[in-house]
Amino acid sequence: MPRQFTPKVVTANALIEGDVIYLTSDDTWTRELAQAEVLTDEAVADVRLLDASSRHSEAVGVYLADVRLEDGVPQPTHFREDFRRTGPSNYFHGKQAAR
Amino acid sequence: MYAYNDFDRAFLAQRNRQFRAQVERRIDGSLTEDEFKPLRLMNGVYLQLHAYMLRVAIPYGTLNSAQMRQLALLAEKWDKGYGHFTTRQNIQYNWPKLNDIPDMLDALAEVNLHAIQTSGNTIRNVTSDHFAGAAADEIEDPRPVAELIRQWSTDHPEFQFLPRKFKIAVSGAPNDRAVLKSHDIAVEVVQQDGQTGYRIFVGGGLGRTPMLGKVIREFLPKADLLPYLEAIVSVYNLLGRRDNKYKARIKITVHENGLDKIRALVEERFPVLKEQFGGVDQQMLAEIETHFAAPAFRDADTGAFEAAYTNDPLFRSWVDTNIDSHRRADHAIVSISLKAHGKTPGDASAAQMRVMADLAETYAYDELRISHEQNVILPHVPKDALPQLYQALKTAGLGTANIGLASDIIACPGMDYCALATARSIPIAQEIATRFDELKLEHEIGELKIKISGCINACGHHHVGHIGILGLDRAGVENYQITLGGDGTETASIGTRAGPGFSADDIVPAIERLVLGYLDLRASADETFLQAYRRLGAAPFKALLYPEAREKAA
Repeated sequence: MPRQFTPKVVTANALIEGDVIYLTSDDTWTRELAQAEVLTDEAVADVRLLDASSRHSEAVGVYLADVRLEDGVPQPTHFREDFRRTGPSNYFHGKQAAR
Repeated sequence: MYAYNDFDRAFLAQRNRQFRAQVERRIDGSLTEDEFKPLRLMNGVYLQLHAYMLRVAIPYGTLNSAQMRQLALLAEKWDKGYGHFTTRQNIQYNWPKLNDIPDMLDALAEVNLHAIQTSGNTIRNVTSDHFAGAAADEIEDPRPVAELIRQWSTDHPEFQFLPRKFKIAVSGAPNDRAVLKSHDIAVEVVQQDGQTGYRIFVGGGLGRTPMLGKVIREFLPKADLLPYLEAIVSVYNLLGRRDNKYKARIKITVHENGLDKIRALVEERFPVLKEQFGGVDQQMLAEIETHFAAPAFRDADTGAFEAAYTNDPLFRSWVDTNIDSHRRADHAIVSISLKAHGKTPGDASAAQMRVMADLAETYAYDELRISHEQNVILPHVPKDALPQLYQALKTAGLGTANIGLASDIIACPGMDYCALATARSIPIAQEIATRFDELKLEHEIGELKIKISGCINACGHHHVGHIGILGLDRAGVENYQITLGGDGTETASIGTRAGPGFSADDIVPAIERLVLGYLDLRASADETFLQAYRRLGAAPFKALLYPEAREKAA
């Protein structure tokens, strides 16, 4: 039996700033995971990934990252994605400090 | 130190202009990322977890104050006000924007620094003993040879696309402070029958398959060095595997083909190259050597130093750990710790960089070094300047007296920054350092090398730590494996895995059990952790790490 598709978001690094970005449902990029488009259908996710990957002048290293929904808000399922969302954990700087 | 000539300056300016145009073409859409990536890697630009990262080479770890101030300027103007010194004597900036990097490289070129070949499958920054030119035990300053190798390897047309990255280290002293045997090639200055020459090691490396370098030539005459190195790299370039990234390093080539075969091929190639070089390398070396004349040392009155040492216990503690013997009795080598307890190992703020630059200029003949252990060295300090120097360092948060102790931890950036990491390493280092500071035991524990890597690539040198820690991802959770008995010096050994890994919460208590247990196991206060481990074997140390297993066995 094929594995059940789990919710995902499209994520990448911004071309100029290099920071973590997520694709929104209106085709813009956001720095906030909470505002990302959550993809629950595999076929749709594949198309969204392809579209995003072709935006060479905006994003680098586009991929699908797993999320779980908490009260409808996407949360990372893996600690790597948690650090990407928040910034380094050694001290308070980076993305978390820019908020 | 080496000063660029017109050729060097023109070469660097041209490379920087090329890269500026490449960045412009990437940003205007003419280049895709696939096309751009190899170009940016040739210039030290990585894309990491949260941002781009620029890795700047500090050739053989040597800097002057103007260069250190420029590193501070980059940190302040284009980054977040700090830089990270690495285990390969580089500095990394963690937050540059792509469109700023060409300006950063131009600023570096103003002080003869660059980021060329700090990435990619090329010969990387040549590393050396951070006490080079100053150490009491030194046969010869290794830096002229390191500079010769830098010039030879930079933009070497044959070696821009090697099977894999290639790291060369050079040391001029019998006490190995450059981790020679973990390098693809290592050059050790040795003496034989009154002649100075080189012992050449090949095939060392850490990473997923750790191996110690093997002696390919016991004694190489000085004049043969460069053609011999070129022979090794050219043999590797043809023979090295390109089908499997994990089997592409020269350590695997040597392992699979056998040292004898590699040696035979190298010896066959060597005379051909030697003739082609025609001695031009030796002319260049002679010119380079003139740049590395020792400073005009002044005589220092050691009386003030002795008085401060006797009367000030904090100064005494710092001297006992952070000072090494200089080749002149009235001078000292000062290690400035970038390992303040609880801080990120290897990080220095722009303000701290400027303080170190000022102190080097005022007290230390304008020389600084970066060590592979992520500290900064003032190689030549007259002893009468030490009390003032210490006060100035302390004021800047740079007076930590812990060189070589439990909190002087090497840690790779790990998952806090690095895209390759499988777990964090910096927070583990921070917690261990903080814990041992609380225990107030690290001076009693004595020499202890704890080294942490956040993935199997081993940038944190965990295999050669007396205690090595390797962070892995086990089913989506950080897990830390411990290796014991590693050693990166002239008595090098690869550490042995102790047993099952520990969770992020359990790793620091495990290290504490291990180190406190060692205090009970050691034969005397003079027996270091490594010596005790070598005398007793792994069993009593494993019992400290895994008390449950011991209870079950009982």
